[in-house]
Amino acid sequence: MKAVVVVFPGTNRERDVAAAIVRAGGKAEFVWHDETALPRADLIVLPGGFAHGDYLRCGAMAARSAVIPEVVRRAGAGVPVLGICNGFQVLTETGLLPGALLRNAGLKFICRDVHLRVETARSGFTQAYAQGQVLRVPVAHHDGNYFADADTIARLKDADRVAFRYCGADGTITAAANPNGSLENIAGILNERRNVLGMMPHPENLTDPAQGGTDGLGLFRSLVETVA
Amino acid sequence: MKARVHITLKTGVLDPQGKAIGKALGTLGFEGVGEVRQGKLIEIELDETDPARAEASVRDMCEKLLANTVIEKYDVELVG
Repeated sequence: MKAVVVVFPGTNRERDVAAAIVRAGGKAEFVWHDETALPRADLIVLPGGFAHGDYLRCGAMAARSAVIPEVVRRAGAGVPVLGICNGFQVLTETGLLPGALLRNAGLKFICRDVHLRVETARSGFTQAYAQGQVLRVPVAHHDGNYFADADTIARLKDADRVAFRYCGADGTITAAANPNGSLENIAGILNERRNVLGMMPHPENLTDPAQGGTDGLGLFRSLVETVA
Repeated sequence: MKARVHITLKTGVLDPQGKAIGKALGTLGFEGVGEVRQGKLIEIELDETDPARAEASVRDMCEKLLANTVIEKYDVELVG
């Protein structure tokens, strides 16, 4: 499995996600945001960070980069696209995923571990997990408060497109377990075709025992198995 | 010609920063302050001299970059 990791000015988790992909048995190559062509890829990753300093809105500038039309075209052709944290914000700004990420309800930048419940195993990103499985994964963001209008939320739920929800250690979905005010505790969503995933938490940062756990590795294993 | 673009969150979209400002105003002793909503003001210098064309162009800028119409609305004002 060969992944292309798109790097913007201000991206800072590209090496973390590349290392996670390698740990899962894949390969990763970096591509600069002003390229208009992409090499062959089984997976495209928009990593975390603060592309273009989060100017105007998080992900707004990055979503208008030269490379994005090709990312959108590949997504339309069925290539898996994974956006983590800032990458999720970029995906909503491109329109590949619905909704938007607002300022955290508590206004603070949050950097800590949270628990996530796998809401669906029916995707190339989550098939190595069991539905209902609880993961411990870090978050690190200021604008992760998922918002979409009521119709969009209903559509996401009806089509089993909510991939992850913030939960307690026992898997219960409560307001107390919601770190940022996201509607319905939503932490990650899929597109209609289920080949684009955006999520605020950082599974790449829990893929090695040295990082304190390996709960995030399943996501990258899922992708390696799917395209292998 | 100069355009002023006001961008604000749509009604019903949570504005945590506006809420915090409202709370701070209360702490400072300002009474009778209702809901506070925070937005952005962007000023753009334009070569265009025709107001209708200038406004159309700035509205296009709003749709394509300046505003995220999933959560924000915008007003365009031409000045000078």
